[in-house]
Amino acid sequence: MDQGPRNDRPPLIEVEGLGKTFTLYNQNDAVIPVMQNASLRVAAGEAVALTGESGAGKSSLMRMLYGNYRAQTGSIRIRHREHWGDVASAEPHAILDLRRETLGYVSQFLRVIPRVSTLDVVSEPLVRLGVEPTAAQEKARELLTRLRIPQTLWPLSPLTFSGGEQQRVNIARGFAHRFPCLLLDEPTASLDKLNRETVLDMIEEAKADGVAVIGIFHDAEARRRVCDREIDVSSFAVGRTAA
Amino acid sequence: MSQEVILRVEELTKLYGARVGCRNVSFELCGAEVLAVVGESGSGKSTLLNCLSGQLPPSGGSLSYRGANGHWRDVLALSEPERRLLSRTEWAFVHQDPRDGLRMTVSAGGNVGERMMAVGARHYGTIRSTAADWLRQVEIPQDRLDDRPTAFSGGMRQRLQIARALATNPRLVFMDEPTGGLDVSVQARLLDLIRTLVNQFELSVILVTHDLAVARLLAHRMMVMKDGHVVESGLTDQVLDDPQHPYSQLLVSSILQT
Repeated sequence: MDQGPRNDRPPLIEVEGLGKTFTLYNQNDAVIPVMQNASLRVAAGEAVALTGESGAGKSSLMRMLYGNYRAQTGSIRIRHREHWGDVASAEPHAILDLRRETLGYVSQFLRVIPRVSTLDVVSEPLVRLGVEPTAAQEKARELLTRLRIPQTLWPLSPLTFSGGEQQRVNIARGFAHRFPCLLLDEPTASLDKLNRETVLDMIEEAKADGVAVIGIFHDAEARRRVCDREIDVSSFAVGRTAA
Repeated sequence: MSQEVILRVEELTKLYGARVGCRNVSFELCGAEVLAVVGESGSGKSTLLNCLSGQLPPSGGSLSYRGANGHWRDVLALSEPERRLLSRTEWAFVHQDPRDGLRMTVSAGGNVGERMMAVGARHYGTIRSTAADWLRQVEIPQDRLDDRPTAFSGGMRQRLQIARALATNPRLVFMDEPTGGLDVSVQARLLDLIRTLVNQFELSVILVTHDLAVARLLAHRMMVMKDGHVVESGLTDQVLDDPQHPYSQLLVSSILQT
């Protein structure tokens, strides 16, 4: 079963036969099958929502796509510059290369070094790509302003911020560089109405720029607004045979 | 990170009589790459670091380093003066205890200047101003330049040790628990500093730590050691979030939160 893209744009993400099992050696060698034979394709400018019950493996799939979880079988091909990289089999440095330039991920958690200012946290992805620090900070200011983070907070570490503020800093960081492929794990979860609208606008703008988006949205309305297709992750559950 | 390998380690082994320090350790390190070596005390991570940095002769295996001039050198075949020159120029070592890396009776500026003089710097004015620059880099106030490290706090001593180590612009830095034994707030500042310097000077680093949070924040890649063996290695966040080996799983699940 390949729920391929509907438009005729080139695919940027191609997942084929992905399988994942956790083996917990310290818990009586418990073997937990997560999914098998997961396949999907996402084209430039297209947004795909991962759906399914809690525990169906949406976040696990997302983490595998980013190389954070290891896949046991299958491939995760990401269009990277003029070639394809396979996250499932690539060496660490190649995955880091992909993450620096091509594959962005907005997780639900903000993980930063204490003491580093919000402005630096947001501009860092650009600086790592060699963008001049003042230009990178300019972009960070623009995003933080748009996401309504008060300017008084910019010099402070985001670790002391509220959940919603941290979420927005995370989003600003994920959108500082225009990643061609973007993974979004509940990007609007703890946001108020106004900021939610802003984030959805930003996702739509990214799509218009040709970004391939894969997202998890519990917010059904947000999902309908920005996503072109839905993929039910429970169809990849172990024991199910592909239709 | 460049994809050019600068250090190649093959089957490196250190035995203390019948006891294994580390056994058959093989890996490659790229330019501007930070590799964390984690494990409990006694896992062999410090033995490995000491063998790699030339402070301990290994019992077997090979170790090659690609110098700034692009030539590969067999590190284990270097003469003692050659090895010492390498560790004063292209390599540097940061000890857990700053007292092991500093001269406590020499001023802060002198500690940095001394390392520069060891590679041929002679002009007093240049040495002093470069030393002052390094102290600024590691956030030590300029008016402390003439103070001895004995008068410094633990965190400041550690930052001075880093300034001394980096004063000759090394390419490869070995760090042994650089944030160990410091208060949490001081640790955070030091982590931030190390990461900034590593990025700014594109340093390759082999970092030994038992603190998985430090590995997560600083390292691109990590190796997990147990009983002298490498049991798992890979992308740092992958090893921490989806450990494959029973021991890595135990290690990761034993800490509260990384």
